[in-house]
Amino acid sequence: MTESGGWAIEMLGVSYRLPNGRVLIDNLDLRVNRGEMLIVLGRSGSGKTTSIRLINGLLTPSAGEILIEGRPQSQWDPIRLRRGMGYVIQEIGLFPHWTVERNIALVPHLEKWPEDRVRDRVQELLRLIGMDPAEFAGRFPRELSGGQRQRVGVARALAADPAILLMDEPFGALDPVTAAELETEFRALASRLGKTIVFVTHNLRSALLSRARIALLARGRLVGLFSPEEFLRSRDPEVRAFVASLNPGAENPQDLLAQGGPL
Amino acid sequence: MSLLDFFIRQRGEILARTLEHLWLVGASMFFAIGIGVPLGIALVGRQNLRRWVLGSANIIQTIPSLALFGFLIPVPLLGGIGSTTAIVALTLYALLPILRNTFIGISGVDPAVLEAARAMGMTPRQTLWQVQIPLSMGVLMAGIRVATVVTIGVATIAAAIGAGGLGVFIFRGVSMASNAVILAGAVPAALLAVGADLLLSLFERRLTPRT
Repeated sequence: MTESGGWAIEMLGVSYRLPNGRVLIDNLDLRVNRGEMLIVLGRSGSGKTTSIRLINGLLTPSAGEILIEGRPQSQWDPIRLRRGMGYVIQEIGLFPHWTVERNIALVPHLEKWPEDRVRDRVQELLRLIGMDPAEFAGRFPRELSGGQRQRVGVARALAADPAILLMDEPFGALDPVTAAELETEFRALASRLGKTIVFVTHNLRSALLSRARIALLARGRLVGLFSPEEFLRSRDPEVRAFVASLNPGAENPQDLLAQGGPL
Repeated sequence: MSLLDFFIRQRGEILARTLEHLWLVGASMFFAIGIGVPLGIALVGRQNLRRWVLGSANIIQTIPSLALFGFLIPVPLLGGIGSTTAIVALTLYALLPILRNTFIGISGVDPAVLEAARAMGMTPRQTLWQVQIPLSMGVLMAGIRVATVVTIGVATIAAAIGAGGLGVFIFRGVSMASNAVILAGAVPAALLAVGADLLLSLFERRLTPRT
């Protein structure tokens, strides 16, 4: 990606409207620093997924402008743009007819890397995500557990060493225990990789644990940008609703039982 | 005279008619696949075209085969007496299962997989060849198999317009009221159909990605 100022991603007054007139994103201003991790938090239907699909160029804004590495998105070749961004979609979408190795090698193959370099890179990534290459490289997605599939999805997104990583609730479909484990691992990985990361989640707990800036979305609008401390102090009703969902007293299981009434 | 003796004495003509039959079926399948698969792919995401094309293919399927052969005789270039007309008619018959299965297969690919393909920067052409076609291969092959088996049967009627094939025995046997002659056409045709079905299911199983 080309040189520019400090912003990796800038969304300037971006709106996105469906052909039927429904507004999914309303005048959104959002900037992500190079090397920064930004959490995009919001309820279902708040426009989180839409906003990262806009960044990836899967959708074109109805109004406003998106700059990637300082360059207007309209000046990017969409294929080049997407290959320079790792994207982990919510459902992962591994190719079921390809082995783990071939799945991870997707973008390096498209970019016509030499075979031996691709193989080395796949081995490196499998080790990075804690999966033994000898055991897993030749497996098909159906032969993996849900958590392993998520790991492979992350490895596939990282394969061509993109500067930007977009993650759409990547651990949302997993059981809470596995999700928490993977998130912890991913946070460690992310801080080592030093990439620009946009991480979409509806889970305030994981947002706070990441220690990153939080952009809160509601009904397609930006409610505000917060540090984790600011977030917990804010009096905004949408913020309070999220904080209430944390259920502070519930960390102790006895409290949780005390809070719950008979069904 | 036993049936087997009759078959052995007629083996020269039976073989020749079988080869003619295979030629009719092979040529028709070649055109039906060549037209049906790309057209089926083109129907994905085009609702108006889809209604129109699948509707037409359905109507063609309802025309009795003998009538379709007859209708085509006066048509210039495509029509007339002989194998060209038969191949045109058989192609039209084989089109529907191939079209429909291609469409069903391609449009049945998991949307999450397509979203991932697009988001990772695959071009539409790469997505088609590397993802959509391989993932719908099983359904597509099933369409080709059904079309082939049906065409082997319908091709016996092509003899009525002078296209040759195993139907020649059947029509001759009917006019001679000879079961042996009818069977000289019907048995090889049935064997061809069963053989094609087995062979193509083998391919189908091999090409179907296990998911």
